[in-house]
Amino acid sequence: MTLIDPVWTSLLYLAAAVCFILALKGLNSPRTARRGNLVGAFGAALAVATVFLSVKMDNVPLILGAMVVGSGVAAPVARQVKMTQMPQLVALFNGVGGGAAALVALLELSHTEDHWVRVAIVFTLLVGAVSFAGSAITFSKLQELMTTRPVVFPGLPTLMGAVLLAAVGAAVAVVFSGSLALALVLLVLGLAAGVLLVLPVGGADVPIVISLLNAFTGLAVAASGLVLGNVLLVVAGTLVGASGTILTRAMAAAMGRSVAGILFGAFKGGSTAGSTAVSDRPVRSSSPEDVAVLLGYAQRVIIVPGYGLAVAQGQHTAAELALALEARGIDVDFAIHPVAGRMPGHMNVLLAEANVPYESLKEMGEINSEFRTADVALVVGANDVVNPAAKTTPGSPIYGMPILEVADARQVVFLKRSMRPGFAGIENELMYEPQTTLLFGDAKESLAKVLSAVKAL
Amino acid sequence: MDGIALLTITVLAVFVGFEVVSKVSSTLHTPLMSGANAIHGIILVGAIIVAGQASDPWVLAVALLAVVLATANLVGGFVVTDRMLEMFRGRKREAPPGGKPEAVEAKTSESKEGTR
Repeated sequence: MTLIDPVWTSLLYLAAAVCFILALKGLNSPRTARRGNLVGAFGAALAVATVFLSVKMDNVPLILGAMVVGSGVAAPVARQVKMTQMPQLVALFNGVGGGAAALVALLELSHTEDHWVRVAIVFTLLVGAVSFAGSAITFSKLQELMTTRPVVFPGLPTLMGAVLLAAVGAAVAVVFSGSLALALVLLVLGLAAGVLLVLPVGGADVPIVISLLNAFTGLAVAASGLVLGNVLLVVAGTLVGASGTILTRAMAAAMGRSVAGILFGAFKGGSTAGSTAVSDRPVRSSSPEDVAVLLGYAQRVIIVPGYGLAVAQGQHTAAELALALEARGIDVDFAIHPVAGRMPGHMNVLLAEANVPYESLKEMGEINSEFRTADVALVVGANDVVNPAAKTTPGSPIYGMPILEVADARQVVFLKRSMRPGFAGIENELMYEPQTTLLFGDAKESLAKVLSAVKAL
Repeated sequence: MDGIALLTITVLAVFVGFEVVSKVSSTLHTPLMSGANAIHGIILVGAIIVAGQASDPWVLAVALLAVVLATANLVGGFVVTDRMLEMFRGRKREAPPGGKPEAVEAKTSESKEGTR
């Protein structure tokens, strides 16, 4: 016996779906984002309550127990994780969601004779399994449980092709036979495909893969909604699939690369002169004290944080430096490239954690025209995203990638570990320009030295 | 629900998804990813339905595993997104009334109440 009738059930699911849309809509502005997320959580709670009231249920105590276990594991982890480790946590949660979708589809197989429903089942199984295994590899790469370098071996494309072909074959067979054994084979093939998909992806591209797998899980959930005839799952999964797709494309565009190019490893086009070799051309390197003088007597400073800052975990020091400069009456902004950090928008989160107000975090489109008015552009641990070769050298691998126009500033200061080129493996001409000063060392240590020198001015 | 109605809803949801998400500023792309991630944890509803209909112990075991995974996705996703968004504050920096630990408490207890 159920407590509420199907009409009420549908209305409650509709309300939950609206909550999810509002949650995403809230993210249009940092002011409304947090409330939006709470609305989304409320919608989820509403939906879960609805399912208990509307479907005839056995095993309720066991289900509640399983939910306590799931939240008991996830909530403390979510509450304690360091902000720098956010990307791997998102990958992990994404993976378990995909895994859950695949398991649901597997169990529904025996409940249906309809071929179209079976199509949705094999789709959920395959995509959910790819998402689960791919996320697991992504997590291991980001957590550095395995090498962050691309793993490639001869015959990888052939193997991937064979796995996909076999998966399609198994999927067709499951649709026509409804065989559980074949469905398990399909599950295993999906897991293999997920592993093979992510192995060849390099560390800096992993964020894009998280977003792609997020979209995959969304699609798997939408398909599972078709299997169960549950509108809420269809709407929620589709929303996530759409948002993941947009994000993936936006990120790939921000890196000047195609999604296919990222997945299949190689950069398009050759590398320009220099490649990964370290050049011996003269550069102007400097001391922290000199950099402090440059910054301390400027009127307007724009800080460009990059991957190196995130790796060195120097965001708090960068925020302190900004405060110290502002205390001297200097106008300080942060210019954030869309792909700075370890996932898109990650740098914003790291700086927000360090109490930098979000009004100081400027997007690329907004800040690019302002470099002209800046006395100093301080580039911390970034390279490719400020490399003018993206505009000037048509043969360059990063040609066409939108960059931050730091060259327009009167002075450019790079805080770098070494002269090694960035991820794209190309030289940055900007470092040899007369207006450029380099300060070598770990991003966090350099920032700390500059900070104490500024305070001593 | 018949196939055409579901298809209609799916297509409309695609457009709503594109429309809503394309307005999100790149400042909030990480919370967006994490928030969208939390939303697909709603597969929990599917896992609960399957577990509630299971009679075979093996089916039940697999379904309960799905419930655990989906709950981890859903609860963890919303909590971590909340933590992130809490840090995006404006220039005026008074601590908001009811600070951070209570807010997170409130949300988790709310989602637990929902299960009763």
